[in-house]
Amino acid sequence: MKITVAGVKKEYADGLTVAQLIEAENVETPQYVTVSVNDEFVQSGTFEETVLKDGDEVEFLYFMGGGQ
Amino acid sequence: MIIKLKKEDFDKIVEHAEKELPNEACGLIAGKIEGETKLVEKVYFLTNIDHSNEHFSLDPKEQFAAVKDMRANGLVPLGNWHSHPESPSRPSNEDKRLAYDSTASYMILSLMDITAPVLNSFKITGTNSEKEQLEII
Repeated sequence: MKITVAGVKKEYADGLTVAQLIEAENVETPQYVTVSVNDEFVQSGTFEETVLKDGDEVEFLYFMGGGQ
Repeated sequence: MIIKLKKEDFDKIVEHAEKELPNEACGLIAGKIEGETKLVEKVYFLTNIDHSNEHFSLDPKEQFAAVKDMRANGLVPLGNWHSHPESPSRPSNEDKRLAYDSTASYMILSLMDITAPVLNSFKITGTNSEKEQLEII
């Protein structure tokens, strides 16, 4: 299947989960990454059970915060 | 690494940060990387969802929208910026702890002296921070 990851079209095997994609894309410190699929946020506790499908658009984003 | 920021964008950051007082203000910076130079071409003003004078967190929905806008305009994410209403322009321990992207520039605007805002840019790796050469052009 073809999915778009951070704006780039890529080929992945059917049945790929968000958790597997995070690993395949070598996302650093994934515990601090927010994921959206087709503009909908994926709950962080559901990455392993969220299966991607052909045509999905996935975005990864690091939490950004701090304090003085 | 040298990071260049247009004077008009610096002024907009200061203006926005002052408007958000007493809370911290925050946003993203995007532009182009040419060799060892980062050129900021667009500054994004995002909501501090902590609404605090001591903490900030960027609104994730606004972050996603900003990243899409960057892509649509041929820009790359360069880092983020936030204000310190009452402390110097240097990364706090919390800033370092929450800096997960070692390639990003972390700009910090101090409004300690409201008549003389100070903006610096840092690269943060783990607990280490290194000041970048910031040029206001």
